[in-house]
Amino acid sequence: MRRSLGSIAGIGELPAQRETQGATTLGMIAEVARRAVADAGLEPAAIDGLLVGPQVGETPQHVPATVAEYLGLMPRMANVVDLGGASGAGMVWRAAAAISAGMCEAVLCVLANTREAMQVRSPNRNPIREFDVPFGASGANATYAMIKQAHMAAYGSRDVDFARIAVAARANAQRNPDAIFCGQPATIADVLASPMIASPLRLFEIVMRVAGGGAVVVVSPERARSLPHAPVHLLGAGEKVTHRALSQAPSLTSGPLKSAMAHALATAGIGAAELDLLSLYDCYTVMVAATIEDLGLCPPGRFGDWIADRDLGPEGDTPLNTHGGQLGFGQPDLAGGMTHLTEAVRQLRGTTPGRQIPNAGLALVTGNGATMSEATALVLGADA
Amino acid sequence: MISAADLAALDVPGPTVSALSAPFWEAADSGRLLVQHCKACDYAFLYPRRICPRCWSDDLNWREAAGRAILKTCSTIFKPGHPGWQPAAPYSIGIVALEEGPTLLTHLRVDPENLAADMQLRVVFMNIGGRTLPCFESAP
Repeated sequence: MRRSLGSIAGIGELPAQRETQGATTLGMIAEVARRAVADAGLEPAAIDGLLVGPQVGETPQHVPATVAEYLGLMPRMANVVDLGGASGAGMVWRAAAAISAGMCEAVLCVLANTREAMQVRSPNRNPIREFDVPFGASGANATYAMIKQAHMAAYGSRDVDFARIAVAARANAQRNPDAIFCGQPATIADVLASPMIASPLRLFEIVMRVAGGGAVVVVSPERARSLPHAPVHLLGAGEKVTHRALSQAPSLTSGPLKSAMAHALATAGIGAAELDLLSLYDCYTVMVAATIEDLGLCPPGRFGDWIADRDLGPEGDTPLNTHGGQLGFGQPDLAGGMTHLTEAVRQLRGTTPGRQIPNAGLALVTGNGATMSEATALVLGADA
Repeated sequence: MISAADLAALDVPGPTVSALSAPFWEAADSGRLLVQHCKACDYAFLYPRRICPRCWSDDLNWREAAGRAILKTCSTIFKPGHPGWQPAAPYSIGIVALEEGPTLLTHLRVDPENLAADMQLRVVFMNIGGRTLPCFESAP
């Protein structure tokens, strides 16, 4: 039997919302935390570890203490995990490690965000603000467009190859009522006809920003077996951070997930072919393409051939982002990465409403932050 | 492509200059492109840092770059992330590799239909929103 590094006993998720009226981040965190802890079958007082994100709207500093106080918790371990879209996955490995180290016994990992009509601009004074923004390169669309452009130039990949990723995400979202694009499927023609935002990236290849939240509760494998749900075990994990600004990236076509995923699979003692669910971070279509290639499912540059005759739905040959991915669900800021995690837990419990993968035993969850900069990969397994 | 006059008139964020990076921007004002150079390990890099990111030496100096580069990747922006750039759209940005080694993100003064991976570029200093920035254009 494979060794469990820690277990996910509870999950919580908020539906994607286009806007929130007057809601606070702390309030959203409280709502999703309540769902996750109830799902775990625990009393709030049992939570003695807390991992939160860095962007809690009401406070720039002392974030863990602010969140803990709001929730009435007095944790023995509290930290911020600041890995962009990899934060959720990064929390799970840290939670398991903290439990193994004796720091605490039950860790709440929580991310949530509000979304107002008028978003406040970042007050950064980092190198990107000084050396990228003045040239007209604000935001992630510009940099991911350059990653897609680099892929197309290096390998001759075509827009239709990338469009298939968006189409599959929208198709899976039709079976997730919490997804922002539930009720709005898209065809390849729709993707190719959507407005050009930053060439070669079109609108339907880009996540829609939404409000939402996600949370998980991590405990020891022994503790998990006494709780209501079948435990989902962390069998392997890997992480890598290579840069922040795209101009400093070691590669434009391969990212830090390559080594993170290799480490996660090696720790779990499995190969990529054994995975029943690929829950891959998909802020943009090109991120899925790069991850498929970095995982070794096809040679570099050949994801288009790989995806062309594949069924990525829950009953298909290669289930991928069965919740719709963020391209179909929407991106609730840092909690967007959490959606890949909560979906994997549902699938491995065998309780996914309306879209269960038959006999799902192993899942890969990836998190990706900034511009292919911060990467965390988790291998999760159903209770044996 | 937006005219030089309209580029100069944009209301967009300029560089957040620090004491460490000031020589880079002052040189740009006088039409020179500087890169930082590590005397200990002979490594040229951008953006400017307090220590060499390769060997961590603090024995650094500035060198003037020749201004020749190749295009690594690019994008033509139709919907800018900052509203101040909307009057310039569509405009192009790219990541370029200088002959001396460093890579940087920059503004491209190249017609979108002429952009091609690995094309030869040369630096051209443009006034963007009232500041002089090292941009790149096709090298003849």
